[in-house]
Amino acid sequence: MSDFDPVVVVFACDYCAYTAADVAGRMGLSYPPGVRVLRVPCAGKVEPMYLMNALQMGADGVLVAGCQVGDCHFKSGNLRAAARVKRVQELLEEIGIGGQRVAMAHMSAGQGAVFAQAATEFSQQIAEMGPNPIKQGARRAA
Amino acid sequence: MITAQRKPMEEIFQSVERFGKILLLGCNECVTVCHAGGRKEVAMLASALRMGRLKQGSPLAVDELTLERQCDPEYAEELALAIDKYDAVCSMACGCGVQTIAGRYQGLPVLPMVNTTFMGASERQGVWAERCAGCGDCVLGLTGGICPVARCSKRLFNGPCGGSSKGKCEISPEVDCAWQLIWDRLKQLGQTELYTRIMEPKDWRTARDGGPRRIVREDMAI
Repeated sequence: MSDFDPVVVVFACDYCAYTAADVAGRMGLSYPPGVRVLRVPCAGKVEPMYLMNALQMGADGVLVAGCQVGDCHFKSGNLRAAARVKRVQELLEEIGIGGQRVAMAHMSAGQGAVFAQAATEFSQQIAEMGPNPIKQGARRAA
Repeated sequence: MITAQRKPMEEIFQSVERFGKILLLGCNECVTVCHAGGRKEVAMLASALRMGRLKQGSPLAVDELTLERQCDPEYAEELALAIDKYDAVCSMACGCGVQTIAGRYQGLPVLPMVNTTFMGASERQGVWAERCAGCGDCVLGLTGGICPVARCSKRLFNGPCGGSSKGKCEISPEVDCAWQLIWDRLKQLGQTELYTRIMEPKDWRTARDGGPRRIVREDMAI
């Protein structure tokens, strides 16, 4: 386990993951301090550029957290989000940033433990990958 | 519409490796509709280029702009005042747009960021298929509205070849046999006599075989 504490941005659907994060808090479950939760009206609102912008602004990883398959309030926003995450993973792999720096997670509003586990495991995975390589490149170029 | 797909990033990085500041130029027409080179795709590629080059320790300044239409000189003119500050223009338009910009700004490298692919229609969200080959002598009125030039792998004009099986083309089970589609549609229209009519050999001079083509409309010229 690395001692690097990554910054992980979580785009959390208002109908499930955002509430699940709240539930995690009320249950007293902890997850890494570098996890920053941003509320979105649906995972389907998350444009590919949101993921790219987060990484470009220095995030080490980005997690999109939406409803369980079949449970999206808007029918298929979570599936659209998953397809977009896959597309961005391919692009990040192509440019050498690493496709696994973005990921999709599914949960329901009551699953605080699932949120805490997903955030912790993803954060650990990013910690093992190391910092976003653009930060080191920017230092080299400076 | 004209469809296109982004080039592989490795090819794109190679094409811009000697530049420090580029204009990434999208087009608001066909390539926007097929999600290859509109404003959003310009933003994605710009971000990918910035991050990829930062990772290499060699930052690339990328300005983003999307013209209403890259293949018309009046829109290309919009770049005139700012173009000098760039090492190159990287166009996400089809080949027509790239050539219009390259023709207007001859002292500047203008590079294609997409591969222009075909003239196609949208089958459903996210799926486009070739529908027209621009042969210059349309026969859709004789073939039930299904083009044997664009949709038959062999461009046959008088029925299917021996490779047609269960409505599919021998090149792939994913590809419909155009002549099966034509026959089905002619039956539906009650026009099967068109199927038995022998089509004369096509004069391909109206297509690309006659060399680069132009349309001149004196009544529209200013």
